[in-house]
Amino acid sequence: MEDYLTIVREYDVLGAFWVNIQLAFWAAILSLVLGSALALFRISPVPTLRWLATAYVTVFRNTPLTIIMVFITLGVWGQLGVTLSTDFATNFFRLAVVALSVYHAAFVCEAIRSGVNTVPLGQAEAARAIGLPFLASARLVILPQAFRGSIAPLGNVMIALIKNTTVAAAASVATETSSVMKTMIEFHSSHIFAIFFTFAIGYVILVTPVGLLTTALSRRLAVRR
Amino acid sequence: MTPQQTVLFDASGPRARRLTLIGSLVGAVVALGVVFLLLRAVQAKGQLDPTLWLHAVDANAWTNYYLIGLQRTLEAAGLSIVGALAFGLVFGLGRLAQSRLVRWLAGAVVEFFRAVPVLLMMIFFWLLLATADVDNSSFWGVVLGLVLYNGSVVAELVRSGVHGLPQGQREGALSVGLTRGQSLRSVELPQALVAMLPALVSQLVVVLKDSALGAIISYPELLQSARRLGAGQGNMLQTLAVAAVMFILINWALTRLAEYLSHSLRRTSGRVGIEGAGLETGAGLGTGVTVAAADLPVPGDEGRQPGRGR
Repeated sequence: MEDYLTIVREYDVLGAFWVNIQLAFWAAILSLVLGSALALFRISPVPTLRWLATAYVTVFRNTPLTIIMVFITLGVWGQLGVTLSTDFATNFFRLAVVALSVYHAAFVCEAIRSGVNTVPLGQAEAARAIGLPFLASARLVILPQAFRGSIAPLGNVMIALIKNTTVAAAASVATETSSVMKTMIEFHSSHIFAIFFTFAIGYVILVTPVGLLTTALSRRLAVRR
Repeated sequence: MTPQQTVLFDASGPRARRLTLIGSLVGAVVALGVVFLLLRAVQAKGQLDPTLWLHAVDANAWTNYYLIGLQRTLEAAGLSIVGALAFGLVFGLGRLAQSRLVRWLAGAVVEFFRAVPVLLMMIFFWLLLATADVDNSSFWGVVLGLVLYNGSVVAELVRSGVHGLPQGQREGALSVGLTRGQSLRSVELPQALVAMLPALVSQLVVVLKDSALGAIISYPELLQSARRLGAGQGNMLQTLAVAAVMFILINWALTRLAEYLSHSLRRTSGRVGIEGAGLETGAGLGTGVTVAAADLPVPGDEGRQPGRGR
């Protein structure tokens, strides 16, 4: 126990989690923006836009995140020479954020769309029947319900995003948890169980509040039908 | 006319149709323009050179890299989904057990493995088995990581599948003299398993995608083979693109299969299958999203099952 604590102190475990939290934070913002735009495309009446968003979702939902990570570092940075920062580590961090955002945007889009799908057609018909024009019926009747319906799936996407930040290891972000855990185990293999549980519990602590919060929110805001 | 479209938009008149057409054309032009600019940027770096692409799809690439990698990917994914099913059945039934202790233990295990990133589990098992001198430690690392995570997801599927059955099924079983356990095993579980078939196929997509994490722990699967080929020939961009297309095609086909299964199940059984339990997002967000919806209240759930005792 005593020497285990010295190992933990030797490595920056909390700092490693902080890197993952930062990755998750920026990727969450970017993927929410991109995903909302895609969702707008997908529910628009314009066929081309719908088709574009559908193609995006099909492609990125079916590609492994690891491939996107490797592609963006070895392909986009390595071969096409796209750099996002002059600093080496910052560059990889930003590339990882882009990869995470591009991947999760497809799921954000689907979460929002599934929220829209929870609104029964009768709601829109009733809104039109009482004479509300398009914008008013969208703003007052449909979108509030759609938003409430998409909280739970969006929460799931965010939980997955937090866990998926570990895949940044494939984009050479060496200070994040999975890389640090690997190094720690390689140098202190006799403490492998303690090291693994330290990191595993860390993720349980990170992920559980998000799940509880979105579940509670979606229950409280659930539309009674 | 897709349903989500009609919720927001009324059937369009002549003016709206004209606007839609114009919007469509503008959208197409902008999209093509973006694609053109991207391609030109790639061209400027010399990456559209046909020889680079030909070397990524020639006979050598297929026989010595992709197909071998694909085989290893499928091996790991196939074994993992079988293991996940077994794990999920055991712990799903555990969560439905009568003993409070068993329920709590199974719940703790399932929640734990759902919260821990798959990659951490893979690295842990890989290094653990490597120190124990097990052959193929990276293969078993991939499989164990996938089994534990996806098994927990399947356990939730089993639980919500059983919960999604009409109350009358169990009442009927109990009234003909079966015990609670017998009712669960021979009446409720078989129906729940059929209902969760589409979700299970969707989970296979997640398993396939996450098997690519094996590249990080040096398991020579499809992604790793493509990377090795690309590193040798200096056409990483191209070989990774080929590997990605292979993943996309396989996963797309599986998603379609899941949709077909769910559709035909709904038709034959005349009732909403496991989607009724809120699982239709099962089309697979890798590493974690598929099922967390399982324990959420579903709109209309109460309505369909009156008298479901909580």
